[in-house]
Amino acid sequence: MNMPAFLTVAHLTLYDARRRKILSAAALCGGLFLAVFWVISLLVAREMRANPPSFIERQVTLALLALLGLYAANFLSVLLASLLPVDALSGEIDSGVMQTLASKPVRRSEIVLGKWLGFGAVIVIYFLVLALGVLSATRWMAGYQQLNIAIAIPLMLLELLVMHTISIAGGTRLGTVTNGIMTIGFYGAAWIGGWVEQLGTVVGIQSARMAGVLVSLFSPADSMWRLAAYYLQPDIVRSLGNAGPFAGGSVPSAMMVWWALGFTAAALAFALYSFRNRQL
Amino acid sequence: MTDRVIDARGLRKSFGETLAVDDLSLTVGAGEIFGFLGPNGAGKTTSIKILLALVTPDEGEGEVLGAPIGSREARARVGFLPEHCRFHESLTARELVRFHGRLHGLRGQALETRIDRLLSRVDMLDAADRPLRGYSKGMLQRAGLAQALVHDPRLVFLDEPTSGLDPLGRLLVRDILGELRSNGVSVFLNSHLLGEVEATCDRVAFVKQGRVVHQLTLGAALPSFEVEIRAVPFDPPVLEGLARFGTVVERPADDRVRLRVAGDAVLPEVSAWLVGHGVQLYELRGRRKSLEEWFVDVMGDDQRPG
Repeated sequence: MNMPAFLTVAHLTLYDARRRKILSAAALCGGLFLAVFWVISLLVAREMRANPPSFIERQVTLALLALLGLYAANFLSVLLASLLPVDALSGEIDSGVMQTLASKPVRRSEIVLGKWLGFGAVIVIYFLVLALGVLSATRWMAGYQQLNIAIAIPLMLLELLVMHTISIAGGTRLGTVTNGIMTIGFYGAAWIGGWVEQLGTVVGIQSARMAGVLVSLFSPADSMWRLAAYYLQPDIVRSLGNAGPFAGGSVPSAMMVWWALGFTAAALAFALYSFRNRQL
Repeated sequence: MTDRVIDARGLRKSFGETLAVDDLSLTVGAGEIFGFLGPNGAGKTTSIKILLALVTPDEGEGEVLGAPIGSREARARVGFLPEHCRFHESLTARELVRFHGRLHGLRGQALETRIDRLLSRVDMLDAADRPLRGYSKGMLQRAGLAQALVHDPRLVFLDEPTSGLDPLGRLLVRDILGELRSNGVSVFLNSHLLGEVEATCDRVAFVKQGRVVHQLTLGAALPSFEVEIRAVPFDPPVLEGLARFGTVVERPADDRVRLRVAGDAVLPEVSAWLVGHGVQLYELRGRRKSLEEWFVDVMGDDQRPG
């Protein structure tokens, strides 16, 4: 039985990424990040053993450390999800590589799905390695048991999926640089929207909070992180809440998850439609 | 079943205000090597892209290998070598051909054997395991030719296949085209190298401003020798009589006729026949017309740059 064409395209995508040393570069940067985080965790754990804090102080410190590590892992993965596929379609359209590919007996949708799947696999594996590295560092070195991982990790993966799909969809119509700017801008809007929403909540400015919510509807990526961060924090840390990437002042609703899923599906549908009608 | 591998009717494509292809109609027969000629910007590459479903026509319809233009069924039996030979540069030639073979559903040892045979045929076996990024344009064209042929296509589109090749490379491509023809494979060749076209094509079409303006049969019956006759009168009985010597291809003026003949041996006979039938003969000039001259004549002075 023949392999579906989209799996052949996904295989090529992964193969090409490996040959272009994209995977090596990602692995190197991820490894560097984990090394730094492990060293920091080791130092924190050693300090705590030397000068034992109270139980609450210990839990708050380790929860914030783990949260900080996951925030960094999430942020690095968002950058990867935004930039890795940025020229997946546009670059190959501009260079002419796509002409040979699209003249084969494959559907245009299979090309898009193959790219989406290939790069998606890289992004998911990259994030899982970083996240597990962070969690294992705080677990093994300081004995901290992270809460609600089974909820938070899928939320962060959904955030990455949103960004990855936006980047792929943009590549069906925009040039590589334009698509990169647009995708990062899309994330930037979500990020600043999240801050504005938090700030509005903390200081009680309803219009600012609503503006943040509206931006999150337009660009739901960052709200997935904020929801994940909420679940990752123990009550004692949540009670410290103020504006910031870990803040629990304004927690996105569960409906936001469905919105992000629908948003991703719509972006993927747009990518399929747009590329099907693209003149090559 | 049809013996036409391409039957396009009234294809039209605009990009904004620019009309790239205008009412393009053409046919290509099975086993035919068909040359598609025209100046830069005439719409040749866009026409190929329409036939390969890379570009959607605004109007028109047609069939490729008996299936609607753009259908997967048609593309499954078509090979394509694009003009600029851009492929994934991280791949080796062997990987390139293998990947494209897989997109055609080929697998296993049969595919590997075919890859070796094709790379050997295009003289790329020695460099087969080096990344494409280190290849010259000629090497890319040969590797690209192998990928275009990996699935035994019945029709091959070649867009400037020899532009980066040295003379030996061109001979190689010419030989491969001959093999394809002998195997009943049709070739749609877009090239500016008119000598190559003249040496390989059975028929050519001249495209100007997106429209086929002239077609010419080449090969063994190459209309390479023409006689231009200036005489009076050229009434119907005289024109009918001239038909025994060749084909009247043009009447540029009332007192002029261009006659396509087999060779210069018929010139005395034509002359004697005209005089014998009371025609006043002022001029009779025979000459062999190259494809380049055809090209210049068909395109006209308005297509000359500068």
